[in-house]
Amino acid sequence: MQEHVASIKTYTLVFLSLLALTLATTLVAAIDLGAFNVVMALFIAAVKMMLVALFFMHLRHSTILTKVVVGGGMLWLAILLVLSLSDFVTRGWLPVPGK
Amino acid sequence: MDSHAETAELREQFETPAQQKEISTLGMWIFLVTEIMFFGGLFLAYAIYRREFASVFALASNTLDVVIGAVNTAVLLCSSFTMVLAVRAAQIGSRKALIVFLILTILLGGVFLGVKAYEWNQKFEEHHVPGPTFHLEGTTQQGPAQLFFSLYFTMTGLHALHMVVGEGLMLFLLWHAYRGKYTPSYYTPVDVGGLYWHFVDIVWIFLFPLLYLIARHQH
Repeated sequence: MQEHVASIKTYTLVFLSLLALTLATTLVAAIDLGAFNVVMALFIAAVKMMLVALFFMHLRHSTILTKVVVGGGMLWLAILLVLSLSDFVTRGWLPVPGK
Repeated sequence: MDSHAETAELREQFETPAQQKEISTLGMWIFLVTEIMFFGGLFLAYAIYRREFASVFALASNTLDVVIGAVNTAVLLCSSFTMVLAVRAAQIGSRKALIVFLILTILLGGVFLGVKAYEWNQKFEEHHVPGPTFHLEGTTQQGPAQLFFSLYFTMTGLHALHMVVGEGLMLFLLWHAYRGKYTPSYYTPVDVGGLYWHFVDIVWIFLFPLLYLIARHQH
C-alpha cells in the first residue's frame, strides 16, 4: 500500500501554527473591530479547520472521491446556514399583505 | 509478549487491501459529514438567537472565562498533535511510539474533560444553569439569557460526549496496539480513529470563538 508519511517537522509546524492562531484569535477578540470581530473570529477558525483537515486528517493526500464527499458535506452545511439565515435576516424587510 | 502481526483479512468484496482501506476511510468521512450537519443545526440555532438577542448574548458570553477556554483549546490541539503522531507511528510500524502517543492523547483528552467539568461546576455555583434558580446579573431579559446558556450547555455537552466516545475509541486502539495488532500494512482503525478525533477538535475550534470570544471587545 502506498501511503504518504509526512515528516514530524511538517506536523510540528502545523501544530505551532494552530497554537499561534489560537493566541491570535484570543488577543484580537479584545480589540473593537465592530462587525468585523465576528468575521475575524470565524476566519481564523476556518484557517485552523483547513490546517487540521488538510494535514492532520490527510485530506491533502486523500482520493478525489473523499474530497468530493467532504466538499459535498460543506455544500450542504452552506445550504443549511445560508438559506435559513437569509430567511431570518430578511424577515421584516417587506410588510406582510393583510397584516 | 508475542506480537501476532496479522494483516487485515481482505474481505471478498474488495479487490485489494488498498481499496479496502480507502473504503473504510471514506465511510468515516461520510459519518463525519452527518456529524457536520448535526452540529451545523446547533450552530444555526446559535446564529439565529445571537442575532435576535445580541446584547444579552454578549453579556452572557462575557461571563465565560476566556483564559480557561483558550488553554483548553491549546490542550485539545496538543491532543490532535499527539494523535497525528500516533497515526504516523503506526504508518512506520513503531509499536512503542504508537502506544506512547495514544496514551498522551488519552491523557490530554482527559485534561480537556476535567477542565470542562470545572467550568460547568462554576456555572452551577454562579446560577448560570438554565432552570428555576437561573439568574444573570445586569439584564432584565432572563429568558434570552437562559437561551444562551441552554445553547452553551447543549453544544459543549454534546462536544464533551463526543470526547468521551473518542476516549473510548483511543482505549480500544491502545489495547490492540499493545497486542501488536497494527502494522504498516494494516493500521486502518488508528487512521479512522484519528479522523474522528480531529473532527471533534475542529468542532471545538469553532465553539471556542463563538461562545467565548465574540463579544469580548464589548467587555
